[in-house]
Parts: sequence; structure tokens; C-alpha cells
Amino acid sequence: MKAKRLRRTSLYVPGTNPGMLANATVYGADSVILDLEDGVPVSEKDAARILVRNALRAVPYRGAEVTVRVNSLSTPFGRDDFAEIIPLAPEAIRLPKCECADDVREADALMTDLELKNGIEPGTVGIIAITESARGGRNLSEIAAASPRVIALNYGAEDYTADIGAVRTKEGRELDDIRAKVIVAARIAGVQALDSVFGDVNDMDGLYAEALRVRLLGFDGKSVIHPRQISLVHRAFTPSEQETGFARRVMAAFREASSRGAGVIALDGRMIDAPVVARAEKILALAEAAGCIPGER
Amino acid sequence: MVQEKTGVAGSLESCDALVMVVLSPEREGIRIELESPSMASFGGEMRKAVRETLESAGIVHCFVKVQDRGSLDCTLRARTETAARRALAVPDREKVEE
Repeated sequence: MKAKRLRRTSLYVPGTNPGMLANATVYGADSVILDLEDGVPVSEKDAARILVRNALRAVPYRGAEVTVRVNSLSTPFGRDDFAEIIPLAPEAIRLPKCECADDVREADALMTDLELKNGIEPGTVGIIAITESARGGRNLSEIAAASPRVIALNYGAEDYTADIGAVRTKEGRELDDIRAKVIVAARIAGVQALDSVFGDVNDMDGLYAEALRVRLLGFDGKSVIHPRQISLVHRAFTPSEQETGFARRVMAAFREASSRGAGVIALDGRMIDAPVVARAEKILALAEAAGCIPGER
Repeated sequence: MVQEKTGVAGSLESCDALVMVVLSPEREGIRIELESPSMASFGGEMRKAVRETLESAGIVHCFVKVQDRGSLDCTLRARTETAARRALAVPDREKVEE
């Protein structure tokens, strides 16, 4: 179930800000990221870790998946983050700087140990793996397959482009390569593909255009850094009436043909095969999640 | 001369609290100085939260100054714990001088 849940938006919330932590889930994002990593200065790592731990313990979060972006285990902060956060069993951790399968396996082993020590079923806490380097990009398939905990792949646009020597542009063509890699690796592993943030919180047109583009590429969602970005990304990830209408007709034709035992299905003179049915199912799931249609599949 | 160790955590932003914990071998018990817009309604609970947090950290003698700006109980406890840990982490002067 965890792997299939809706993650159109993942809202970053700095782990240093008590007010934002308390209200993290009220803005309507599908997932929230309580951040202990890049959003926290080194001098406040200890304070943020304790603040986020206490928030997980006390705040009655509702309506969104709650995840924590921990520091990488390659930093001096990673192990302490795991020790404080895993016993509170957030739905997933966001694991940054994943370079290879061993990075995921190391996290997996530590999480299993902490889950067992705290009476939590091993495997309860998922991993959303974030790759931020050329090496990580090359190893995405092994990263995705390294543990059944991995429920989604994500990448860090700023760190990745810095690592490959690309220049960040508004058009984002420098991300074409990593986006393709994330989608293909995620599909092979049967996990979700999540896009990186759009940094300009004042450019709503640019945000919508990018969100729409990554949905059409195959992404399941996008990270956001400000609550005002949420509704636009949701709109971009909501299928149009035309898409939804066609998907419903595909499913109806599929059901009708299946009941007759027919092997080949045609709709409007176009052959409907398994990939078209799968796409129609995904569109109807998104439309249903967005409240455009009642659950009817 | 008695060496005091001080740890500070938090901020004066809305929904937060600035907590200073001063450890000194000469002090007897926990003395809490609290400033809060919610003093009348929640002063007792806030003092209890600070005291419980310090005792959980093994601290029974100290001075604590809390400047609350409408923090939740979990935030006040987090700020107190962080300030306490920071105070406890201050190295002894003698050891530093060695």
C-alpha cells in the first residue's frame, strides 16, 4: 500500500521551526518532509533532531504522509538522526546522498535494528532514496532494488547538476538525463518516481509548466518548498476531463471485452492493449484521488 | 572559583521558546525563571515540563531561564532538553587546561 499511495506533492518543512512543524500537514500536501538535512544549519542539527522527534511524538498529524529527511550516514549526524527518529516510526525516511546499493543496505540494517529494539515490526519505516550525484544517477536501478523498504526514488536537482558540471536553467533541460534515469529505474523496481523542487516560489507559471511536464514524463509527484506551490502542482497532476473521459471508456471497453472473452479490443478504431489499460487505470486513480470522480474502478 | 556550564537553545520567534540552562556545583535544586504570555493559564504545566525534562537528563541542580513565545509542550521540552545537553557537553575547564 505504502508504495502506491498518492504523493503528488511532498512539502519540505524545516526541522528548526516549531510553528511550521506543528502545522506541517494543514496545507494539503500529500506528503510532508520534516527536514533535518540541508534545511538545518550544522550548529542546530542537535536541536532540530530533538524538536522533530518531539513533534512526531506529540503532534496529531492528519491527512498527509509524514516523512523525515535525515542526514546521510556518511555525515557525523546520520546515526544520531536514525536513533532519535526511527523509534517514532514515521511512514518513511528520505535518505539523501544515495550513491549505491550499499548506502541503502546500511540504512536498512540500522533501521531494522532500531525497529526491533523498539518493538516495531521490521520494515515498517519506508525509504525514499534521494540521489544527488553522477555516481548515484548511474546506480539508480541497484539503489531502487537494494531493499523492499524503498518505496520511491527522488533526486536533488541542485547537487546533481553541480556534480555533473551543468548550469541550472529555468527550462531545466540539464535535468532531462537524471529524470529519465529516475523514471526508468523506478518503473523497473515498481516504485514511485518523484521530481525535485522548483526553486522560484514567485514563478507560478513556471512551476505549473514544469509540474505538468514531469507528470507527462511519468513522474508520480514533485517536492515543494512553499505551501503556495501545493495547489498548482496538484492541478498539474490532475488529469483533464478529456483524459479522464477517455480512460473511463477504455476501462468500459476492456471490461466488456473481458466478459466476452475477446482477445482484441478496439475503441474509436484504435487498438486497446495492456499498456493503454494500465495508463487508463493510473489516470482514473489520479482523478479519483483529486476528487474529480467517485471511486468506481 | 566554581565553574558554571551554560547551554542555550531555541529562539524568541513565535511558537518557540528560548531556554538557558546553567549548571553549577554550588546550586541546590532546580530554580526556574519563566516568562510567558501564557503564564496565568499554563505556568504550572510549563514549569513541570521543564523540571521533568531536566530530571530525565539527570540534572537536579541548576538555574533555568525560559523566555516562552507561545510554544507547545513538545517544543518547550525539546528546547529544554537541547539546552541541557549543550550545558552537559561543555568540557570541564581543568580538562581543557590540561
